[in-house]
Formats: sequence, structure tokens, C-alpha cells
Amino acid sequence: METVLEARHINKYFISPKKVKVLSDISFIINKGEFVTVIGKSGCGKSTLLYILSTMDTDHEGSLLIDGEPMDEKKERELAHIRNERIGFIFQFHYLLNEFTVLQNVMLPGLKLGKYSEAEVKQRAMEKLAMLGIEHLADKRANKISGGEKQRVAIARALINNPAIIMGDEPTGNLDKKNRQVVFDIFTKLARDYNQTLLIVTHDESMAEISNRIIEMEDGKIIS
Amino acid sequence: MNYKLILSIARSLLLARWKQTLIAAIGVTFSITMFIALLGFMSGLNGLLDGLILNRTAHVRLFNEIKPSRLQPVMLDTAYKDNYHFIHSVKAVNSRQDIYNSASVLETIKNDNRVLGVTPKLLTQVFYNDGTVDITGVVNGIDPVMESKLFHFGDYIVSGDINGLNKITNSIILGKPLAEKLMLDIGDNVQVITINGDRFSLKIVGFYQSGLQDYDKTQGFASLATTQKLLGKPNNYYTELLVKLNDLTTAPAVAKEYAAKFSTQAEDIQTANAQYETGSFIRTLISYAVGITLLIVAGFGIYNILNMMIYEKMDSIAILKATGFAGRDVKAIFLFISLSIGFAGGLLGLLFGFGTSLIIDQVPFVTQSLPTVTTYPVDYNPVFYIIAAAFSLLTTFFAGLFPARKAAKVDPVIIIRGK
Ligand SMILES: Nc1ncnc2c1ncn2[C@@H]1O[C@H](COP(=O)(O)OP(=O)(O)OP(=O)(O)O)[C@@H](O)[C@H]1O
Ligand SMILES: [Mg+2]
Repeated sequence: METVLEARHINKYFISPKKVKVLSDISFIINKGEFVTVIGKSGCGKSTLLYILSTMDTDHEGSLLIDGEPMDEKKERELAHIRNERIGFIFQFHYLLNEFTVLQNVMLPGLKLGKYSEAEVKQRAMEKLAMLGIEHLADKRANKISGGEKQRVAIARALINNPAIIMGDEPTGNLDKKNRQVVFDIFTKLARDYNQTLLIVTHDESMAEISNRIIEMEDGKIIS
Repeated sequence: MNYKLILSIARSLLLARWKQTLIAAIGVTFSITMFIALLGFMSGLNGLLDGLILNRTAHVRLFNEIKPSRLQPVMLDTAYKDNYHFIHSVKAVNSRQDIYNSASVLETIKNDNRVLGVTPKLLTQVFYNDGTVDITGVVNGIDPVMESKLFHFGDYIVSGDINGLNKITNSIILGKPLAEKLMLDIGDNVQVITINGDRFSLKIVGFYQSGLQDYDKTQGFASLATTQKLLGKPNNYYTELLVKLNDLTTAPAVAKEYAAKFSTQAEDIQTANAQYETGSFIRTLISYAVGITLLIVAGFGIYNILNMMIYEKMDSIAILKATGFAGRDVKAIFLFISLSIGFAGGLLGLLFGFGTSLIIDQVPFVTQSLPTVTTYPVDYNPVFYIIAAAFSLLTTFFAGLFPARKAAKVDPVIIIRGK
């Protein structure tokens, strides 16, 4: 089995207001094609863990390996490149750039990577939008579409560079039932049909049920 | 770094906030316009005021001053060589005011390739006679053609014709205030009494006005031949040689060299007119200070607007960083925004500055003391435009640098968590 992501003995402290340990000795492995969900009570450290795994938060103990490559010694610029190429991130709030169209939003990380020409990136972006059933929104401004549509655009953006792993922090947390179902279906399809690795933090029982593996956390530790 | 992408993101952010951007750009445009107009005007004025003196002043003036010989007979006597000499009441004797061997000196200077031109001059004190009153003054014996060519003499002839000096024998051009005092007009004759007591009648062929009233009240200009006749001197008798150089800055060196070579006194323009340079320098300094202050104020405007933009765009910065843009990419985006404001604002400023200069150039400016000037003087020196352009980019760069660095340091985790 090919390992996509590995956490080794990760500890995390918050210094202010007083020193508290929010993650203690987190170790696990995610293999290629796995759909993993992380659940646990509010405040147990799920988001904190995800920010570390996504390389955005480097202020921690222990090490993180992506595709077997350790992230410890990497510079800010190198980490940005790794996020760009290998990690797709989906947030609870649909973070899109309102100055751009839907298509441009999806294309941006692809253009940043610079591996394909603009025309190719555009074609790939249209494919992703079509796969998520929102190609008709391509030329709309990002702030002129609904919340559910925005979240699908965010997923398309996360997919544009064919990342090794997609991470999501409560991607359905802000959606109604119907749109939640749409996102579930997309994740299921990505895992089953495209062998896409997924790591999703969620409060949603039904989301956890459709995944291959559930990591349960309590007070900064993995309990199962 | 993918500059095309960075540029297109910068442009989108900029257009999304085009009103603030416009205001920032107008600030730059205004200050550049003022900078150009102010410097052009000040420098034009400087040129005019300097021209008042410098245009008609020789770069090097050769003359013989009446002064006692430095070498006294006692010094030549070897018997008293080691003694200290006390000599009282040393007087200048038998001194010549004219340039020795003037013809060959003139020829030598003419052939010096550092020299633009040289013209001899013969200056003599006279009385201008008006009935019972004698007005003290001078007659300048000049070569009117060379004098015009080198020292713009013709520009200061307010009426009459300088060629009259050569065409009509025994003719003179009088300072306008002097003629008014004598109540004489062109075509009239003026009585001139030389220091030797000889009386001549000269025909007035023109009026001269330099702008310096006190000076004009005493001046008369005649041809060299006429002046030599007044003094009863031969036709190679000149009291001064006026040299104009190709490069004004070489004047002190040339003056020194000529003084030694021709054993005369030689004075350079820098020594003769030091105070005018100081005046010009201070005026220029003030213009630069005002212009640069305006630019710095505009820079603060840009700084504020960019800071505001960065606060508004925190979310966008966080997304860019989460999706793989590094700190330096974000920095480049905001620097591009700042620099494009500087570039667009600066370019417009240069155009408006040029336009304002053209307008100032049309404003009538008539003054009695400056007969050749009809509108305000403006200097279109391209150096001002280059400095303004460079400064607009420089100030906007620094105004953008600090907000851009702040944007580069935004921690996406804090922003994403903060929602
Ligand atoms: N910047 C911070 N400074 C100090 N403490 C923090 C900071 N951010 C989070 N915490 C604390 O760390 C703990 C874990 O927070 P985290 O956001 O990871 O929880 P979570 O499991 O994602 O909760 P939720 O399900 O509500 O999103 C919480 O107790 C929280 O108060
Ligand atoms: Mg959370």
C-alpha cells in the first residue's frame, strides 16, 4: 500500500493565554485511496490537527510526511508549493475569491503550479466543473452563486492539480440537507471512482458512515 | 515566479477597488504635475535671472589692472638679497591699460579649441554733456556683431539698429534711461567729453536696456574705431578681451592659464558672479523640496489605501496562501498594485505637468527691465521628467512595500480559524 500521509508523534501547544496542550502524541497513516473522517467533540483539536497536516501550521512537535517526504525542514516557499501541488483544501466557509469568476477561481491553483498551459488548465477546470455538475456557472462571479454551489466550486478548485490528498474541515457544516447530500455523493464518487484520498473533519454522523475509516478524537488524543 | 498570474491577480484586486485606486493615483498625478510645473517654472526663472548677468558676462575676461610692480629694484640687487626690504609708498607708474600685443593674443585665443569666441573691448570714462550738466558715464567700444553673437548684445537694443554703429561713423547707442535724462532721441547728436577734455558729437542710432537701471543710466556703446578715435589711440588699442568658452566650468583653469601666458590679469565668471549661482541653487533646492514633499504625501495616501485593501482582502490572502501561493507571491501582488498606481498616476502627472508648463509658458509677463521676455519663462528640461518618473515609482514602491510585507506575513490559519 502506498502511504500518502503520515503523522508521527505530533504534539501541539497553545501558549496564550496560558500554555495548554491541545494535541498529544498523534500518530497515524493514511494510504492512497482511503476515505478517512475525523470526528470528536467540539474543542478536541480536530481543526488544529488538520491545519498541521495541511502544512499551514508548522509550530508543532513531531513530524509530518507527505508521500513519504518529511516536511520538518521545509521552507515556507517549499511548503506553499507542496500545498499547491499535492493538497486540496476545502473549508467550512466557502472561501472563494470574489473578484474572480467561478472558472478563474478553479484555475488559479492550476496556473500557480504552472505545469500546464493556460488553455490546458482551463480545459481541466471545465472538466472538474462538469464532473460536479456546475459547468453552467463557469463565467459567473464567485459572489453571485449560492452557498451549495460555492462549496462545489471549492471542491473543483481542490481537485484542479490532481492532489495526493483532499482535506476538508467540516465541508458540509454550513450547508442545508440537500446540498449536504450533494457533497456526500461527490466524496463517495471521488473515493470510489477516482481512487481519491480524502481526509475530512466532520460532525456529521452520516458523513462518517460513508467513509472507509473513522478516527475519533478526545481531548487532543486519538481514541480509536 | 509566474509574473503573468501575479499581474492578473493584482489587476483583479485593483479593479475591484477602483475608486480607492483612482484616488491614490490622483494623489500621485497631482504631486507629479506640481513637481514638473514648479521645477519647470523655477528653473525657467533661474535661467532668466542668470541670463540677466551670465549671458552677457565673459567666461574669461583679460585686462590690465593699474597696480604697482611686484618686482621692486631693490629686490634685483644681489647685495641686499638676504636682507628684509622696507619700501614705503609704492606707486604704480607708467602703466598701460591696454592689452600688450593684442593682435597676436587675439589670434592665439581664437585658435584655442576650448574657446567659442573672443571679442575685444575698449572701455573709457566720459562725460555726457547736457547743456550745463555733465553726466559721468562710460563708452564701451565694442564689435557689435561679435558682441551680439557671444553676449546677446542685440537682445538688449530696445529701439534702433546695432548695425548703425558700423554703418554710420561717429555713432553711439545710449542706455535708455541715460537718453531720457539727456532728453535725446534716435537721430539726435549727443555731446561726449573725454577724460582728456576733447569734445565729440556722436549720432544716436539706438537705445540699450539691460534691466539693471543704475547700470543703464551710465552706458553708451560705440564701435571700436569710434572709441579709439575718442581716446586718440591706434586701432589695436583694447582694454579688455572677452572670451566665451565652450564649457563654462573650465573658465577658472583657462583664466589661470591665460594670465600666465599673456601676462595680464584674467578673471573667470565663477569668481566674478559667485552670488548668482547661490541664488539659483537655493531656488532649485526649494522646488525640489516642495516637489518631493508632495510625492511623499502621495506615498502616504497609497500606503493607507493599500493597508485598507489588505485588511479587506485578508480572506483572499488566506485562500491564496492555503492553495499554494507563497508569502513572496502575495508580496509581489501588492507591490504590483502599488507600482501600477505609481506608474499610471505618474504618467498622467508627467502629461499634466507638461500641459501646465505649456499654460504657464503662455501667461504674459511683461516687465520693463526684461525687454526680450513676453511670457513667463519655463524650462522643459527632460531631467525633471526623468526625476519625477523615478520618484513616483520609488515612493509608490516604498509605500507599497510595508503593506505588502504585512500581507506576505498573514497567517492563513488565524484567518480561517477566525471565521
Ligand atoms: N489560537 C489559539 N490560542 C489558544 N487556544 C486555541 C487557539 N485555537 C484553538 N484553541 C483551543 O484549542 C482547542 C482545539 O481547538 P480546535 O479548533 O482544534 O477544536 P475543534 O475540534 O476543531 O472544535 P470544533 O469541532 O468546534 O471545530 C480548543 O480548546 C480551543 O479553545
Ligand atoms: Mg474545528
